[in-house]
Amino acid sequence: MYDIESLYEATSVADACRALAEDPAAEVIAGGTDVLVKLREGKGAPAHLVSVHELRDELDGVRLLEDGTVWVGPITWFHHVTINPIIQATVPTLGEACDTPGGPQLRVSGTIGGNVCSAATSADTGSTLFAYGALLDVESVRGKRTIPIEEWYAGPGRSHKERDEVLTGIRIPREHYEGFSGYYFKYGKRRALEITTMGCCCLVKLGEDKRTIDDIRLAFGVAGPTPMRALDAEDAVRGTDVLDAAERIGELAAACTNPRDSWRASRDFRLQLIKEMSKRSLIYAARNGGADI
Amino acid sequence: MDMRILTCTVNGRRVQVGYDPRESLLDTLRNRLGLTSVKRGCEVGECGACTVLIDGVATDTCLYLTSWAEGKDILTVEGLQAPDGTLNPVQQAFIDEFAVQCGFCIPGIIMSAMEMINSGKTYTRDEIRKNLSGHLCRCTGYQNVINGVERAIQIVHDSCGEQEQEQE
Repeated sequence: MYDIESLYEATSVADACRALAEDPAAEVIAGGTDVLVKLREGKGAPAHLVSVHELRDELDGVRLLEDGTVWVGPITWFHHVTINPIIQATVPTLGEACDTPGGPQLRVSGTIGGNVCSAATSADTGSTLFAYGALLDVESVRGKRTIPIEEWYAGPGRSHKERDEVLTGIRIPREHYEGFSGYYFKYGKRRALEITTMGCCCLVKLGEDKRTIDDIRLAFGVAGPTPMRALDAEDAVRGTDVLDAAERIGELAAACTNPRDSWRASRDFRLQLIKEMSKRSLIYAARNGGADI
Repeated sequence: MDMRILTCTVNGRRVQVGYDPRESLLDTLRNRLGLTSVKRGCEVGECGACTVLIDGVATDTCLYLTSWAEGKDILTVEGLQAPDGTLNPVQQAFIDEFAVQCGFCIPGIIMSAMEMINSGKTYTRDEIRKNLSGHLCRCTGYQNVINGVERAIQIVHDSCGEQEQEQE
């Protein structure tokens, strides 16, 4: 039994927005794998919940829009992102990242939108969506707006989405994924049911020679209070040979990140992880893009 | 909050049951419907002991509000035995492979195995391991559990083959 004071099953996104506007204590629940776990510890209790769990018509699934944008419904289960053919053909690294949180049962309850809305730095899709430059559509009774993922995070566990706003779509524009290959690297002490100690997503676009880095995006989870990109490291290796870049990218990435000590790992260990995982992620991403290295 | 009424299918039967909206499906199945194969373990989605099939998908019921089960088809271990008491191939394989020790985690693992069986696919040992990675077992060391699942999948596939041959 959870400490829930009210539970409203929304019948549409508009209905959910209305319910959130009417009750100033209400918050959205989707898959429940974060909200209920926190609630069990007493965080957010007594809860006023507006459930979007059953809004599959509006918020579930993956679509390829006419202009090549990949649209992911926010209540799409992690597992359904992973096995979706559109995801596999366009943004496969996102599908791979969605195969890493928790265990199989969690991945058919937890949702990609919930992962973003919980705004944890350790969210496995956070760094990958950062690398893909995702656009997040939100809606409330006050209207609709789009928040780029770079402007989404306000701090650990906090986003710039207002309490009464519902995340209605995650979009990845074509130019953000076309020509890129990638790799998501999750480091944890075990391979399942584990919160990420360090997450690293590298996307790379190789030149004709399959050696020169035409473009690169390097993003981290748990390297700071929110998911982040290592922009200076990207700039420093853009246009260089991928093997030379792999030698340099670790130090460069460590210089632009700021991990902390926690009971899971020390700052020093995390910096070591950043160095090693940047290098390996770049090499694996380049191999996925056809580089013979 | 007032009580609400859940209408769904549990182990093949249409069920109507009153529930408190604060309940998880684990609470409702265990306490109101008496389905004690659904174990209360960690209650935070880490141990898998409360796993059942919801519309065929192995799901942790501790993190699933009862309200969401409206209209769904739910299967627990209680629904696996044949009417004459014959065990399901997965249950039998777990016995034959000595996959059970204290038994607390086993109903959940069996439901994840059922999901694999129902898919009609074959699985490598690594794939079985991954599909069972949402379960924690403190007794068996997992090896016999994996043997049991492997055996059950083999038996079900073989018997499908036999039926086809008979039809020929």
